[in-house]
Amino acid sequence: MGIQLKARRRRVGERVIEAVLAGAAGLSVLVTVGIVVSLFAPLGTFFAHVNPFEFLFGTEWTAAFGNKASWDDKKWGVLPLVAATFMTTLIALAVAVPLGLGTAMFLSEYASQRARKVLKPLLEVLAGVPTVVYGFIALTAVTPLLKPLFGIPELYNMLAPGIVMGFMIVPTVASLSEDAMSAVPSALRQGSYALGANRMKTTLRVVFPAALSGIMAAIVLGISRAIGETMIMAVAVGNLAQLTFDPRQPAQTMTAFIAQIASGDAPVGSPVYYSLFAVGALLFVITLVMNLVSIQLVRKFRQAY
Amino acid sequence: MATATVAVARPLAGGRRSDLRSIMFAGVLWACLAAACIFLFFVLAVIVQKGVERFDVNLVTRPPSTIRPQTAGVEPAIYGTLWVIGMTALIALPLGIGAAIYLEEYANPRRWYNRLIELNVQNLAAVPAIIYGILTLAFVVRGPISIGAVALAGAIALALLILPVIIITTREALRAVPAEIRSGSLALGATRWQTTWKLVLPSAVPGIATGSILALSRAIGEAAPLILVGATTFITFLPDGPMSRYTVLPVQIYNLVPQDRDAFRDLAYAAILLLIVILLAMNALAIWLRNRYQRRW
Repeated sequence: MGIQLKARRRRVGERVIEAVLAGAAGLSVLVTVGIVVSLFAPLGTFFAHVNPFEFLFGTEWTAAFGNKASWDDKKWGVLPLVAATFMTTLIALAVAVPLGLGTAMFLSEYASQRARKVLKPLLEVLAGVPTVVYGFIALTAVTPLLKPLFGIPELYNMLAPGIVMGFMIVPTVASLSEDAMSAVPSALRQGSYALGANRMKTTLRVVFPAALSGIMAAIVLGISRAIGETMIMAVAVGNLAQLTFDPRQPAQTMTAFIAQIASGDAPVGSPVYYSLFAVGALLFVITLVMNLVSIQLVRKFRQAY
Repeated sequence: MATATVAVARPLAGGRRSDLRSIMFAGVLWACLAAACIFLFFVLAVIVQKGVERFDVNLVTRPPSTIRPQTAGVEPAIYGTLWVIGMTALIALPLGIGAAIYLEEYANPRRWYNRLIELNVQNLAAVPAIIYGILTLAFVVRGPISIGAVALAGAIALALLILPVIIITTREALRAVPAEIRSGSLALGATRWQTTWKLVLPSAVPGIATGSILALSRAIGEAAPLILVGATTFITFLPDGPMSRYTVLPVQIYNLVPQDRDAFRDLAYAAILLLIVILLAMNALAIWLRNRYQRRW
């Protein structure tokens, strides 16, 4: 009796297991489909009452006011919410990009293995603090500090939450950028050193440009997180939908509007209930574009080396 | 060969250390990292300083109260968090780990549908948390499933939110197991599932556990999606099951924000301190697991 190499039992169990696992993976696609359907299905009703042009370019947003059942006594221009989102994101980036890139360069090019092992988990903690806690910190600790410095007129403003959110996304920017810079082959650094460049020149003129697509991906992902951040904005920006580019003023971001409407009472089928989905859909589309750009950039730097 | 070259290159770079600008540059980079750390310590210091006053037995044994905030607590929110996170883990861990095993061990990456799933997971990881709340509101709380604003709905929202995170970290853990292990097992006649179940998965457990703990700690601190699925109700009773009305710690904290009286602020900070202690403990556990059990191949 020799060993039979050809005779194979059919492994039904194997097939079943593979199908179950594939089902789990396929479910993630279903989640995306569900998101798209849940956001875009109610838009038909919303845009039957609101002119899409007015929605996208109108400069007044009074969805939360007036008669709950009426479409006509409100202004449906989403620009105040978009502008507030844009402003807080910009403030956050002003903090997160320099600090994140500096941190990434330090960890990737200067820090020893041991220092990295301690510092990276510490940075992760910064990203792990619940955002509602950051909102509270912005409102009760950072705003009072900034008030005399910048002459902030009231409790609520865009500056303090923006800065706090900036610190929150430092780890996001730093960790992806560091990955990109660590992936630059050491032959490039050695070539630079061999030509007499010091570590600063090597970091700035060799490693940084070589890792640029990964660094851009990190920044774009940071922008996406800033745009979608809800709790800091809901707690500390002030829920006042006004079109302003003064960071000392209160305002309302897209996410904060959704949170405000959801935590109050929005009767199913009321105009404000539908507007929640319209703002959500806009938010989803903006972050989707950002995410796809970021994913594409990451692929580019993965292919390069 | 490469290490020999480094040994020659480093002294050359070191010889240029005297360059003042280079030293200043290093100082600036160091300051960036220091600023981030200082901010973290500032946040923790504020929380401890303001939270420690009401960090007492009442906090964990009493329900919230609008009349006597001085002795009120957040007990229902603690129970709510336990219920919701327990169910979140039960839903998200099997699905996430299963999906990761499929993508890493079975899927042919050149097939368009597998590439689609991969792109999709990467995007889902960066979808704003509040969107998952809208999804759950439309399909689970109302709509086709209509179970109402109960703890299970909150768990589903959080499970969908952390699913991509678990998939990505589990895939990384599986990828760290060398291909030779799989080839050896397959060469001895084991099937793909036997190889995965008996060799690959056990070696990847520390990595998977670390990623899962971090994902769950994110879920514990998340409030945004739960606002849409009913966690904002004022609750003074203990939730007693998946279909019970509920609230969770971060949402309870959010609800204390509009209250102006100092006693409410103190209570909120005490609850924040409790939440931070839980999360730091989970973080420490994850790091310990990673350092203690992760194998270098």
